[in-house]
Amino acid sequence: MSWFKRVKEGITTKTAEKKEAPDGVWYKCTDCKKTMAMRQHRENLYVCEHCDYHARIGSKEYFSIIFDHEQYETLFSEIQPYDVLGFSDKKSYKVRLKQTKRKSGLDDAIQVAVGKLEGYSLVIAAMDFTFIGGSMGSVVGERIAKAIDYSIENNMPFLIISKSGGARMMESALSLMQMAKTSARLTLLAEAKLPYFSLMTDPTTGGVSASFAMLGDLNLAEPKALIGFAGPRVIKETIKRDLPEGFQTSEFLLEHGFLDLIIHRKDLKSKLAELYAYFRN
Amino acid sequence: MIFLDFEAPVASLYERLQKVKEISQTEKVDLQSAIADLEKKIEAAKHKVYKNLSPWQRVQLSRHPERPYTLFYLKNMCENFTELYGDRLFGDDKAIVGGFGNLDGQTVMFIGHQKGKDTKSRQYRNFGMANPEGYRKALRLMKMAEKFDKPIVCFMDTPGAYPGIEAEERGQAEAIARNMYEMAQLKVPIICIVIGEGASGGAIGIGLGDRIAMLENTWYSVISPESCSSILWRSWDHKEKAADQLKLTATDMKELGLIDEIIPEPLGGAHNDPIITVKTVKSYIKQQLAYLMPIEPKVLVKKRIRKFGAMGKVEIVN
Repeated sequence: MSWFKRVKEGITTKTAEKKEAPDGVWYKCTDCKKTMAMRQHRENLYVCEHCDYHARIGSKEYFSIIFDHEQYETLFSEIQPYDVLGFSDKKSYKVRLKQTKRKSGLDDAIQVAVGKLEGYSLVIAAMDFTFIGGSMGSVVGERIAKAIDYSIENNMPFLIISKSGGARMMESALSLMQMAKTSARLTLLAEAKLPYFSLMTDPTTGGVSASFAMLGDLNLAEPKALIGFAGPRVIKETIKRDLPEGFQTSEFLLEHGFLDLIIHRKDLKSKLAELYAYFRN
Repeated sequence: MIFLDFEAPVASLYERLQKVKEISQTEKVDLQSAIADLEKKIEAAKHKVYKNLSPWQRVQLSRHPERPYTLFYLKNMCENFTELYGDRLFGDDKAIVGGFGNLDGQTVMFIGHQKGKDTKSRQYRNFGMANPEGYRKALRLMKMAEKFDKPIVCFMDTPGAYPGIEAEERGQAEAIARNMYEMAQLKVPIICIVIGEGASGGAIGIGLGDRIAMLENTWYSVISPESCSSILWRSWDHKEKAADQLKLTATDMKELGLIDEIIPEPLGGAHNDPIITVKTVKSYIKQQLAYLMPIEPKVLVKKRIRKFGAMGKVEIVN
């Protein structure tokens, strides 16, 4: 009866020995699969204590890490997405938006906030991967544009934390044009001589990497993030051979000259404050 | 003539016409009336076939193997055209061409994606899929045009920027982003025209300008219908549906406020009369240049940034 025997790893474990724990107490690293206390993981800024893997976190977490006393004001939440094109695949974009909003507790793939970093004001736009893969549609473009205008009006530097698969298919060319819209708007920030920091996190690809993410006065990244134009699967299918190890990681990009710096999450706040000071003093 | 699947009614009539012409020549009989009759029928069939093209049929026409490409336009539009090569950094990309042309006395910097006509030249042009050096060559030439106050015209016709290992190593994303960033601030008029396929970042990397136009049977979108179908439905079978959904035709793009003008093509597509197509495109360029050239550079740049700033559809909820 050997063909009844389960051979796959994970399902051969006896129920009594299974390491499942209720949500909220234990955290299992996506990379090394080791477990740690959720509280510990949170205190560690969602970086694995065993393998240093930087787990994907959202805009709220980044705002808490960077802004002093975790205090900030959210901006431009009046700008909301809607289904312009009547796009529908397996479900309609309208329904997808509604469901994603409910599931993620977010209203689109980017949040803009203003607060202080070691006493000095800063505008941050941070992306959320949990909202349709962090995809850029009209709202992402418009909020970035507005955040740039706000930075100029208030004479503050601007930081974008990218985390996105690229442009949002359900808004088709409207999404595509956000690449041009955001890139063009960033030139006004440059004219005002305000620094623009771009922090790329896992993942930053497609239309996001090919627009505002790569245009920082300083291009920064978290360790081992996937950063690239085309996704690894597309490249593999095109060239029909395996990709080299470490391809399209932050470290790979730094070696090829496209990043200024890789910053560990535990140093993120202090490093950003230091960099900000160079432009100020 | 190469006919597409939906052009079958035209194709069969065309075949008959060729046969009748052959017979009339070899047998030396006068079949003039039969020929005229068939020609009339072809014209009628064409009207019927091309009157209500579906988005997918337009995508097919935009990729027609006999469609005029960038260099054809330049050779037939300019009194002189000199291609200029290289990005001064890495190499010369064959998928994007550029150079100075003389357009009825006015020097213009032309940039465009270039596809090939046969297997060999298609490979040579990498099927119109540019690497970073293509975008950087385009930027070098555009910067030179700006330096000497020459207007810029970009022809977009690409199935996408090349997704390869070397392209990533040399910064495909940075090259495209940089071009848009720089094009936003160029102090000379820029006219961008989609002459075939306007696929995503690969197209918009030379697509930020004061005027954006599309030829009648072209498409411009964030993704090709095939790729869209494979991502959403895990197969290419839904490409026609994807083409509908993506709203990628010139008419859709005009309605969405993302382009300024639809340039008409001869009945059956640009390849049915390439010379007429070139003439139409040329007159559009000349007309727009006459309008844009006198505008003060500062105003031009401001308007350009505002133009793209207005693109997108959001709801304001207070």
